[in-house]
Amino acid sequence: MSIAKPLPHDAARLHVTGAARYVDDIPTPRGTLHLAFGLSAIACGRVTGMDLARVRESAGVVAVLTADDLPHGADCSPSAHDEPLLCTGAVQYHGQPLFLVIAESHLAARRAARQAEVAYDEATPILSIDDALAAGRRFEEGPRVYQSGDAAAAIATAPHRVDGVIEMGGQEHFYLEGQAALALPQEGGDMVVHASTQHPSEVQHKVADAIGRPMHGVRVETRRMGGGFGGKESQANALAVACAVAAMATGRPCKMRYDRDDDMVITGKRHEFRITYRAGFDGEGRLTGVEFVQYARCGWSQDLSLPVADRAMLHADNAYHLPAARIESHRLRTNTASATAFRGFGGPQGMLGIERVMDHVAHELGLDPLAVRRRNYYTAADGGGLSTPRAARPPEDISGQKKQHTPYGQEVEDFILHEMTDALAETSDYHARRAAVAEWNARNPVLRKGIALSPVKFGISFTLSHLNQAGALVHVYQDGSVQLNHGGTEMGQGLFQKVAQVAAARFGLPLEAVRITATDTGKVPNTSATAASSGSDLNGMAVQVACDTIRERMAEFLARYHQEVPEAVTFDGGTVRVGAHELSFAQAAQLCYEHRISLSSTGFYKTPKLAWDRIRGQGRPFYYFAYGAAVTEVVLDTLTGENRILRADILHDCGTSLNPALDIGQIEGGYVQGAGWLTVEELVWDKAGRLRTHAPSTYKIPAFSDRPEVFNVTLWDGQNREETIYRSKAVGEPPLMLGISALLALSDAVASCGTGYPALDAPATPERVLRAVERMRA
Amino acid sequence: MTLTFLLNGETVDAGGLPPTTTLLDWLREVRGLTGSKEGCNEGDCGACTVIVSDETGARPLNACILLLPQLHGKAVRTVEGISGPDGALHPVQQAMIECHGSQCGFCTPGFIASMACAHLNGETDHDRALAGNLCRCTGYAPILRAARAAEDAPVPDWMRDDPGFFLAEILSGEPEGRGADSPPRAWHPKTTDELARLFAAHPQATLIAGATDVGLWVTKQLRDLERPIFLNGCADLQAVEISDTEIRLGAGLTIALLMEVIAPHHPSYAAMLRRYGSEQVRAAATLGGNIANGSPIGDNAPALIALRATLHLRHGDTRRAMPLEDFFLDYGKQDRAPGEFVEAISVPRQLDRLRCYKVSKRFDQDISAVLGCFNITVEEGHVRAARIGFGGMAGIPKRAAHVEAALLGQPWTEATIDAAQETWAEDFAPLSDMRASAEYRLSVACNLLRRYFFEDQGAPISVLEVQP
Repeated sequence: MSIAKPLPHDAARLHVTGAARYVDDIPTPRGTLHLAFGLSAIACGRVTGMDLARVRESAGVVAVLTADDLPHGADCSPSAHDEPLLCTGAVQYHGQPLFLVIAESHLAARRAARQAEVAYDEATPILSIDDALAAGRRFEEGPRVYQSGDAAAAIATAPHRVDGVIEMGGQEHFYLEGQAALALPQEGGDMVVHASTQHPSEVQHKVADAIGRPMHGVRVETRRMGGGFGGKESQANALAVACAVAAMATGRPCKMRYDRDDDMVITGKRHEFRITYRAGFDGEGRLTGVEFVQYARCGWSQDLSLPVADRAMLHADNAYHLPAARIESHRLRTNTASATAFRGFGGPQGMLGIERVMDHVAHELGLDPLAVRRRNYYTAADGGGLSTPRAARPPEDISGQKKQHTPYGQEVEDFILHEMTDALAETSDYHARRAAVAEWNARNPVLRKGIALSPVKFGISFTLSHLNQAGALVHVYQDGSVQLNHGGTEMGQGLFQKVAQVAAARFGLPLEAVRITATDTGKVPNTSATAASSGSDLNGMAVQVACDTIRERMAEFLARYHQEVPEAVTFDGGTVRVGAHELSFAQAAQLCYEHRISLSSTGFYKTPKLAWDRIRGQGRPFYYFAYGAAVTEVVLDTLTGENRILRADILHDCGTSLNPALDIGQIEGGYVQGAGWLTVEELVWDKAGRLRTHAPSTYKIPAFSDRPEVFNVTLWDGQNREETIYRSKAVGEPPLMLGISALLALSDAVASCGTGYPALDAPATPERVLRAVERMRA
Repeated sequence: MTLTFLLNGETVDAGGLPPTTTLLDWLREVRGLTGSKEGCNEGDCGACTVIVSDETGARPLNACILLLPQLHGKAVRTVEGISGPDGALHPVQQAMIECHGSQCGFCTPGFIASMACAHLNGETDHDRALAGNLCRCTGYAPILRAARAAEDAPVPDWMRDDPGFFLAEILSGEPEGRGADSPPRAWHPKTTDELARLFAAHPQATLIAGATDVGLWVTKQLRDLERPIFLNGCADLQAVEISDTEIRLGAGLTIALLMEVIAPHHPSYAAMLRRYGSEQVRAAATLGGNIANGSPIGDNAPALIALRATLHLRHGDTRRAMPLEDFFLDYGKQDRAPGEFVEAISVPRQLDRLRCYKVSKRFDQDISAVLGCFNITVEEGHVRAARIGFGGMAGIPKRAAHVEAALLGQPWTEATIDAAQETWAEDFAPLSDMRASAEYRLSVACNLLRRYFFEDQGAPISVLEVQP
């Protein structure tokens, strides 16, 4: 069977030979035009005049479009219809597209776009969280509040209290392939769009609106992206819409890709957050009550900020039972690029808030932070049935008798972190290494080490419940080969391979018999974004349904043909057995075809059990939780703040992994990306609202030697308690948050420099680390 | 009148195009070879890496900032030419598949080129070989596993380009734009004398050596360069002369070669250069370019200032020399006349007391926030000589003259360093920018002197040297 095998990525051979095609690699028809945006030079104000004469005269320019030239407005927003493709007068951020150049080449379009003379009436931009709070600029009418119990009273009566604030920066996606789209005008005004997008259906929808056609007039195809990470969930819309309106205006194919600097200036990033906290706890560090205020810097448009901020609230507990909690969330509107989806989707920010509290509480009491974390964990999962973890339960854990709920009222039924933490602490030798770190720090004046273990409990499902649906289309051809399509997109995560493994398993075929094809809105309609880690959960199930429909038809017919019962028909090893009869899958398919049995089927799946009221903050937004834990050890230089991850040990829960190799890839990559967010990756805006870190020369993602020198990743051996595809678990986002342990380890190292609490903000660049060290020593 | 090179083993003519055409655009748009990717268009991500060979060896280069005229007479191998003619995979390709080294696959062709080049050269320091290739998906662990797995596999035959080609092209090679072409699109002098005559006659021409800086004028600033002069044909500009009294370094020396030359004399300088750009950048960028562009964050000048280097300038047949620090007048302004160029740098032979400390957000391929280079001689417990050069602390690479004076003659103790604390602000008033704040830069500058002292005492001072 093809399930659970560590098979390589389906396109691995194409990747390594350079043959894998991305949007910019697709051969274009003769006469294809190329686009570039002219960008705003200010962050806030009004355009009072745009002289585009020199743009139009520039070599190779075919046409220049402004907002006035767009008959249908061309909105690009995924949510609130508040993102016109081109500025309609009010400038909302530095780098906002003002006009669209259509030219004979990419270079000609870029050159021309710089020739405009634009006059502005400039206003003072609202840039920071403080600016927005002072100006009262926000999305939604006021802060959203989720609560359970009386947190204020619990804190007031607690034996101990801490309070504080943590700032955490945003993060640039830095997908290696920049945003790109290609529109091919068709007969009768229809449009075919190749887009590097996580959300082909939304591109279809936005393009259809922009060219004034029903959705049936637009077909969007996505074979693969060169990385997405959330950055192509909504941010791909603008290029596809631009190509479509330009193709409509000129009647010629149009392609657009952003130069890297444009990409970084124009597109949204992870939300920057500030979280203030107050917590009450007992002498052993058990929380009695906690209050969070989360401030999210959302940028100029609503985009996906509401569900991002919701998810931050929903992860304010992470792995910990909060007897009384109040979480207040402010969604602040600023004159910066609109913050957007990024792997974890607010979860990492919310989680970092409570991890900071755990760390602070432990420091206050002089306890090992791991002990404090363990005491606050949710109680262990019930025994019995599929949910039983295969590892032994800790004998000292006697708290598992009472059902516990998250602050938003979802029962935590599957909590396996006690066992996982025990296992990880042992394999990583956490306690001995913690002692060794203390000993090192006592001996070394300049270099200090730190170590931390942090857990992850991440909720799986779109919190907008209706998005938890998926479709698939499966064809079996008369030669026994299978073609497969579903609504998920491939951005490197290996979704296509996992889903192909499901299809191969359903038909008992070798993987080579299954061909997976580009995501296509003409094959599977009304799809959700490939986001929220949901790709294989949703599409794997939809494909299974489609395959089983065909398989049942085949079995029913073959049984009748051979005078057997359908239950006597088996599909295995490329062979179909019907009682004593045996034929190849190809022969079976041929036979079915000749007897007019339909060998094509759609499949549909919707996630069960969800019931969520986001306004009240009550219900079950998540089908299940994915778990993980990481131990990170770091070293830092107290003279410069330079720091390095020495070792990371990870234990992660993928349920029954569909493909352990691909899952480990997600975990390794997610960890490094999460650690990058909290250490080296720093976005810097100047006082005029201009992003100063708009290229890899100034914005530093982890490089090759930044990976942990010792990097041990292990999969937890257990099944999903819920009936997911082959009892696997989602793995896209959760591992990113394992990187939180890197920041906590740095904080631990800084703490060795004095007696106060380091209160280390993120990203912990050398400069922030040095400042924290200096505070400790002051 | 040709521009000829080997492309994946096949002789190609790339003449007739503007001299600022990048190899990457030419590959993708003219040749339809879309395996090499554009990730950043500025030489920072490595997705466009190709292997370029000549009679001196093979090196990885970023095709996005490599201009076609730089390739005359060389051999280029792209990802498409790294698998065999019959489709057989190169060992690094096979290993990348088996070790799950690709996810989205967009950076993969660049990694394959860097890995195949390292494999060809027998290089097994993968941190060094792959520092210039960014990957956002994998966390690099499986790529390292792949690189290690392929180490012992033999180099496939098809990776060895015909050595006869290079010689033939060098002998016959009159690159396009030279000679009778009127007006020439670009000049390709073959000797420093010829360069000196050309540049004196055409002082407005842009000199292009490795194009790691000028390349960005083309790809990011979209500048037109009027008739550039390409320096890579001037073999004598890359000369190194080591006598009993000095080391003379030709301006055309690439950073990669400089590292090799300087390592036996000043290992800390070489170790700092290991963090200069990446393998791809060091293989192209030159010492002269790094000095002549006058950048306050160029990493060579502070080290050379600390070594008491002399700069040799040439205009036509006129030469002059000056202490290197005197060349940098102000931000963007150097003591260089039109038509004058950097010919060489000389460093006096000396006992090695140099330590170079580069501080940046990221260790590899980052631009210095602060670079401190210390050359302090201690005799009988007292400071007998002190030369301190800094980058990132002013509009120019600069000596810490007041600090040097405060140390001179003093006992070599922490107390002396404490006492010198106040003098730093007399030497430097740094700026705040996206790399670091002024306050940070100043504290770090002081602290680096302390680091030098601790290192002298034998204490561990570098996080890079701590073992897990």
